[in-house]
Amino acid sequence: MALSSSLRPSGNALQHDELTALPLPPPVSFDMLWRQWLHYGLKLTSIVLCLLLWQWACRQHLNLGLITFQNVPSPQEVIHAAWTLMQSPKLLLHLSASLYRVFTGFCVAALAGITLGMLIGRLPWLADVLLPPLELLRPIPAVAWIPLAILMFPSSEISMIYIIFIGALFPILLNTIHGVEGIDVRLIASARSLGSGRRSIFTEVILPAAAPSIVTGLSIGMGTAWFCLVTAEMIAGQFGIGYYTWASYTIQNYADIIVGMLFIGIMGMGSSALIKKLGSLLMPWYRGQS
Amino acid sequence: MTTQQFGKIEIERLHIQLGEGKRRFEALHDVSITMAPGEFVCVLGPSGCGKSTLLGALAGHLPASAGSVHVDGIAVDRPHPDRGLVFQHHTLFPWKRVLDNVAFGLKMKGVARRERHQRARDLLQLVGLAGFEHSYPAHLSGGMQQRVEIARVLINDPRVMLMDEPFGALDAQTRLKMQELLLDVWSRINTTILFITHDIDEALFLADRILVMSPRPGRIIEEIKLDFARPRGPDLVTSPRFIDLKRHCLALLHPETKVVPLQRLSPLGAARLTDIQFAI
Repeated sequence: MALSSSLRPSGNALQHDELTALPLPPPVSFDMLWRQWLHYGLKLTSIVLCLLLWQWACRQHLNLGLITFQNVPSPQEVIHAAWTLMQSPKLLLHLSASLYRVFTGFCVAALAGITLGMLIGRLPWLADVLLPPLELLRPIPAVAWIPLAILMFPSSEISMIYIIFIGALFPILLNTIHGVEGIDVRLIASARSLGSGRRSIFTEVILPAAAPSIVTGLSIGMGTAWFCLVTAEMIAGQFGIGYYTWASYTIQNYADIIVGMLFIGIMGMGSSALIKKLGSLLMPWYRGQS
Repeated sequence: MTTQQFGKIEIERLHIQLGEGKRRFEALHDVSITMAPGEFVCVLGPSGCGKSTLLGALAGHLPASAGSVHVDGIAVDRPHPDRGLVFQHHTLFPWKRVLDNVAFGLKMKGVARRERHQRARDLLQLVGLAGFEHSYPAHLSGGMQQRVEIARVLINDPRVMLMDEPFGALDAQTRLKMQELLLDVWSRINTTILFITHDIDEALFLADRILVMSPRPGRIIEEIKLDFARPRGPDLVTSPRFIDLKRHCLALLHPETKVVPLQRLSPLGAARLTDIQFAI
């Protein structure tokens, strides 16, 4: 017996008093706009205040014993150095070299981290096999990998990508495992009762249920990828924003070091924000729940 | 409508043990139930009496320690879309819109998108939720979520609907409406329904037959046949016969001797997730 053919919508099933009890989106008011501006204004003021404090400390040659600003370049010098770098054709080469390394290492880490994390989260025996070596490798800082990375990979480009991969892998892996393990078992039971097999449980339930956690992992992983950039680009090279920072240190060009640091900070912040934005576009159901 | 042929339930001398090692205990003891196709049976009992365990065994989520469970002569050994399961708290997929949640069962069967969406729309209309196709479950009220849950199970044309206190988390007003809705839907599709509840009024209002369960170990202590005429309306609950039966049920559920209740069990077994027989 086909269900739908025998069904007629029943009039009394509609119960409007229950349906109209839904919350409506609040109207945009002047008050809210004002609050939003205040919000951004405070953030901007905070950055400006930090810069002013820094400038003041340098001008005073502030020496507090434990910390001293006597040799620290002032914001003025840094802005000057940044301006020089921005007018140089090398900036684009530095940035593109670093972007390429970070994104390649990050993408490989994302692929490996999500795949391994999903499997480890669902298969207890695989967790027993894979987690001990992974836990052993996890605390090792990226900088300690440099000699081995050089020995393992004939191409210095790949050694650098490997360092970034190692940096980005663990947050992605651990967040994916966490997301998979946190799935409500009733959702899986329901899916099975509705006719899902093994594969569709993975694609229809486990992957989307773990998605918010995975996006968090990707966002943190993107941050740690940039975190490892200077370490990675110590290995070799001619270009790269991390290389630029490290090279400025070796030739004692202190203002340039800070310019390099700021560029890494801005790029890292931007790409993490990009991941979050992409995440919320891909998970419209999750907006407002976090 | 033709006479209903599918949905015959036969449970014979079913025993179910849950937990591991020393903590293993008998959740169901020697339960035998036969249900005719299209019958509406309520299982009434205090919490922890194993009524959800019974449902889990029928759904195919919990293996029998002894005895057998058959639906239409086929042994139950795994979950199947023929046996739809509705939980107390909805298990809608938060990442799917209402329409795709309802259409999920047909997607698993490989039905084309347009056709499954059409069937899902029909069912949403049946449960009174036309117009909410594109909402996400989180944006619906509790009663509406359970309506979607019921529609999602119905799309598979289940021979049996297994409902574990589906309205237990709703407020009294919504609960009454949902009970009427369920009876209305059931009168159109005539599927067999096994409905778990600890609410005496609910069981008396809905069922053809009530099975009263007692804990430690979970077993059936009494069977009550209800012959109230259908369709049933809200005035039924004040009729003398209804009140007599209610008094009788109260006495069964609250005997003189106090029994220590077991932990709350779900159709998926005990609190330990490892007990659940998942394939992956």
